[in-house]
Amino acid sequence: MTNWNVIASIAKTHLLTKIKQTSTAAIGVTFGIGAYITLVSFMSGLNQMMDDLILNLTPHIHIYNEIEPSDRQPLNLYDKFKNSFNVVHSIKPKMNQKKIHNAFPIINYLKENENALGVLPQLKSQIFYIAGSIEMAGSLTGIKPLEEATYFKLDDYIVQGSSNELHNNSNGVLLGIEIAKKMSLRVGDRVQISTIDGGVFPLKIVGLYQSGIADIDAIQSFANIKTVQRILGVPQNYITDINVKLNNIDKAFLLAKNIEKQFNLTAVDINTANAQFETGTSIRNLITYAVSITLLIVAGFGIYNILNMLIYEKMNDIAILMATGFSGTDVQLIFMLQAIIIGIVGGIFGLVVGYGLSNLIDNIPFETQALPTVKTYPVIFNIWNYVIGISFAFISTFFAGYFPSQKAKKIDPVTIIRGQ
Amino acid sequence: MNLVLETNNINKYFKKPVLFHVLKDINFKVSKGEFVSIMGKSGCGKSTLLYILSTMDNDYTGKLFLNNQLVTGNSRQELSAIRNKHIGFVFQFHYLLSEFSVLENVMLPAKKLGRKTFKEIEFDALQKLKMLHIDHLAKKRASRISGGEKQRVAIARALINNPSIIMGDEPTGNLDSHNSENVFNVFKELSVEQGLSLLVVTHDDDFASRSDRIIRMEDGKIIV
Repeated sequence: MTNWNVIASIAKTHLLTKIKQTSTAAIGVTFGIGAYITLVSFMSGLNQMMDDLILNLTPHIHIYNEIEPSDRQPLNLYDKFKNSFNVVHSIKPKMNQKKIHNAFPIINYLKENENALGVLPQLKSQIFYIAGSIEMAGSLTGIKPLEEATYFKLDDYIVQGSSNELHNNSNGVLLGIEIAKKMSLRVGDRVQISTIDGGVFPLKIVGLYQSGIADIDAIQSFANIKTVQRILGVPQNYITDINVKLNNIDKAFLLAKNIEKQFNLTAVDINTANAQFETGTSIRNLITYAVSITLLIVAGFGIYNILNMLIYEKMNDIAILMATGFSGTDVQLIFMLQAIIIGIVGGIFGLVVGYGLSNLIDNIPFETQALPTVKTYPVIFNIWNYVIGISFAFISTFFAGYFPSQKAKKIDPVTIIRGQ
Repeated sequence: MNLVLETNNINKYFKKPVLFHVLKDINFKVSKGEFVSIMGKSGCGKSTLLYILSTMDNDYTGKLFLNNQLVTGNSRQELSAIRNKHIGFVFQFHYLLSEFSVLENVMLPAKKLGRKTFKEIEFDALQKLKMLHIDHLAKKRASRISGGEKQRVAIARALINNPSIIMGDEPTGNLDSHNSENVFNVFKELSVEQGLSLLVVTHDDDFASRSDRIIRMEDGKIIV
């Protein structure tokens, strides 16, 4: 029979009379958990930022017409050479149109899919920016600005102006910031655009675009899809790319394969396009967890040591408790309880310290050219990190308490009483 | 006759450092209300015997009966419960939990037993302290009182669960004559007035001679 009240009151008295050791042990846990929370929050914030840098710009599935040679050359169709070894030299790409055939029915079909959040048409075109007699090659993409802002965070990459202004201005253009610098242009100015066919159109700059990747910023501009269609002189159903955003990124691969089969188009899913990126993320996570767990284990050893010492100091008390009728299990529980209390108290303070430090880091200014929207160090507040932190505090102190208390349980009171 | 304690051919060996036969065929009985002293030279095994009788040491052969019930062979858990309920122990060194108050020290075994409410236990404990004339110390820390007082607190603690027998391992060995006298009187009172059985290991001839019966030991054997 275990009488929890007595055990708790003895444990409490032990902890309070040895407040110095107790708090040292608890501070060890606090430090471990606090560092864990801070580290994980900060690292996952950085990871998220790095991911966003690339992944926000990348659709989950990108559908387009690939220019490539056909797999089956005419020679293969000829029965007489069926069993021969055929070599074809100088294969040319298959004559193909850039536009996606029947684009709008496909878009509507994809929108029906339960996994699709947004299905956005794009029209990519090669153009020249004209500054006096100088022509600079560039790329103008026709988009639906409001939807791009919703699904691909376009506004995060607009340093001046907004997606809304582009939407409202049928002659507007969102100019890459490097181009603007080269041509000394500002928002409100006009820029001349020339198509490959030679037509020249003036567009009004409604905003500046900065992806953070200089090479892209030096060529890429955006306009309304209708504006680009008008510039190119193509009908309203002329679309070269479809970008799909899904609610679950893991579905991308399968859906992309289905689309390829069904529509005879090229569909690239995000995981295939950025496989090396995933690897980087998982390795960074691994390092974070390795460091954090080391910290927690060190804290655990701190508790182990202090409890061990406490038990040596309390040998006489243990003997007397056993002599007056406390069983070995009772004694073990007394010390286990102390360890767990140290763990929980230290752990909770650790969560608070971790939250405080994360908050502090979250408010430290961090400005970088590459990331126009990031003003402070990125930190992610994830409740699960806190749950893991407190659980680990609990588990590590449990074991740190278990082994010394096992020793206390096995103490032979006679040996101690005789030893006096 | 109402037996409290009975031993049947108890033998014990120390195995380390060399095999040594400490207790040889110990047979004796303690009846209710009896005040028994165990005497003998150092190393004759009297303390060893006492620890076996107290159930703390269960590494022996033979049989031990407490209140006519066989105790030998019970699990450590059960023995703890038996000690808690039936045996009060007073040591040569007072062995109080120094971080607790006098009252808490006295209450601890009863709290462990858990038969009564906290209030009742507190009342009982104060009652025992009053009987031993140390109730004014109740709130003091156990480390802050004198040796004689500590020994009386230890006796109060031994009494708290109204045990069948009180065992003492040289309870006066560490006290001056005045305090020894005090402790003896307390024991005598308990034996005469409350019919409590007492089994006390002592070196003190004067103490022993005033008890009801003396068991003398030599070389692990009872000689008288």
